Amino acid sequence: MISASFNIKSKLIGYVLVVQEFTFLCAQTVAGLVRPPWYVRETVIQLDRIGVGSLFIVVLTGLFTGMVLALQGAVQLEPYGATIYVSSLISTSVVRELGPVLAALMIAGRVGTGIASEIASMQVTEQIDALRAEGTDPIQKLAATRLAACLLMIPILTIITNTIAILGGWLVARLYLAIDSYFYWTWAFEALHAHDLILGLVKPIVFAFIIAMVGCYAGFYTSGGTVGVGLSTTRSMVSSSILILMSDFFITKLFMAYSW
Amino acid sequence: MNETKPSMITLDHVWLTLGDRLILKDVSLDVQPGKTRVILGGSGSGKTTILRLILGLYRADRGSIRIEGQEISHLAEREMFRIRQEMAMVFQNAALFDSLTVRENVGYRLWEHGRLLSDEQIEQTVQESLKFVGLEDTPEKMPAELSGGMRKRVGIARALASGAKVLLYDEPTAGLDPINTCMVSRLIQKLKTKGVTQVVVTHDLETAYQVADHIVMIIKGRVLFDGTPDEIRHSGNPAIREFLDPGSMPSEWRPQPKGDEGVARQQADLL
Ligand SMILES: Nc1ncnc2c1ncn2[C@@H]1O[C@H](COP(=O)(O)OP(=O)(O)O)[C@@H](O)[C@H]1O
Ligand SMILES: [Mg+2]
Repeated sequence: MISASFNIKSKLIGYVLVVQEFTFLCAQTVAGLVRPPWYVRETVIQLDRIGVGSLFIVVLTGLFTGMVLALQGAVQLEPYGATIYVSSLISTSVVRELGPVLAALMIAGRVGTGIASEIASMQVTEQIDALRAEGTDPIQKLAATRLAACLLMIPILTIITNTIAILGGWLVARLYLAIDSYFYWTWAFEALHAHDLILGLVKPIVFAFIIAMVGCYAGFYTSGGTVGVGLSTTRSMVSSSILILMSDFFITKLFMAYSW
Repeated sequence: MNETKPSMITLDHVWLTLGDRLILKDVSLDVQPGKTRVILGGSGSGKTTILRLILGLYRADRGSIRIEGQEISHLAEREMFRIRQEMAMVFQNAALFDSLTVRENVGYRLWEHGRLLSDEQIEQTVQESLKFVGLEDTPEKMPAELSGGMRKRVGIARALASGAKVLLYDEPTAGLDPINTCMVSRLIQKLKTKGVTQVVVTHDLETAYQVADHIVMIIKGRVLFDGTPDEIRHSGNPAIREFLDPGSMPSEWRPQPKGDEGVARQQADLL
């Protein structure tokens, strides 16, 4: 009993410590965004790696999400004779929820784990220490550049995902549902309001922050050699996915409280 | 301790805990300007940790650490950068930046900061440093393409190119073949004549005797001995004798093979 309660207590202290370290890292990184030196070359490399590198997977994600939504949506709307409004259903669910969340989860799998494993292997091979020894702030050079790149690219990637998803829905609507293109696009846009677009933009910004910072945190706080690198990579994937889903709920709730 | 000249590096009753383990216990040592200090000790005794403290990568729990008389224990990371400009470290496994070429690694500090030198001057410094370690032909290679011994020499070249007046070496000869070991130890002796202050962490006695002005021996985070190479050679302390001559303790596992041939063979094996 004593050892069990001791375990719980030390676990709790561990969680508090993680939150503390994570908050500290976030604060340092955000500070690094606004103060010099700015590592422009490093940022451009990251923009390319994150943006161009993730393009293919978000296009596929968007395409098939839109297509399957059209199929399922049509089934649901059929009894009411409302199949032609399937595009409203697609555009709102994609822009509000599925586009940002699915794109973020895919990017977390590709970019977030990449950030974590790269920084983690630099950590265990003393490259982070070498950076500090050479007078470079690793948070400024590695974390701030990656955060900047994520904040810039992930909203753009999300917009691309949304667009492709609505296009995918249109393909299915044309090919299988015999819905007129004019109807499809009219109702796709008619259903979207300003607050949907704002919500659709706020989410990817928050998710970008989560993906970059969880990846950096997992990387910097790695120990235990190559095994540690693997653990950090996995941890970044799991943590960022859960944080993305949780924050998605709360952002949606917050928006509904104020705009619906 | 005889404090005739002001020390370049001073550790004064330093204690350090990492995680929940007490790593350094009341460690005091000083390094005079232009002198070479060797830190001897078995693995896990805290040698690397001492170098990290000197660089300000770790912060001591208690005690004081001074670089040229300035207390660094309470400096913020940003203030440490200024102090670190005077120092360079050769990491145990070189710690080269994977994403940069050999040339970019060696010139990293020169390109990154200050830009006191022109591009040509930097290129020249890089070339000279690489020549110093016998790697002038490989400037465009990536670290992943190099052997362990070559990486280590690039690490040394990076430290040299920085032009720092304090050089810290973490096991500079571990994993090198006898020829490279000899080259590194000659290099350290050469830099000594140029007035560079050096701290060399090693468990290789041969190198230690060749380069040291002073030796400090660390066992399990405590200073066991502090003196000249001659003094340690003639010490009667059984713990020191065991380290210097492990053959005299037959029941123990031997951390170091006996004699020159054994040392050389062990190092060749590591390559
Ligand atoms: N980050 C760390 N957290 C906890 N213990 C550590 C850490 N780094 C090193 N140690 C422990 O400190 C001791 C001294 O390490 P080190 O200075 O690397 O020894 P060495 O003399 O071999 O260079 C070792 O027992 C090591 O396990
Ligand atoms: Mg060591």
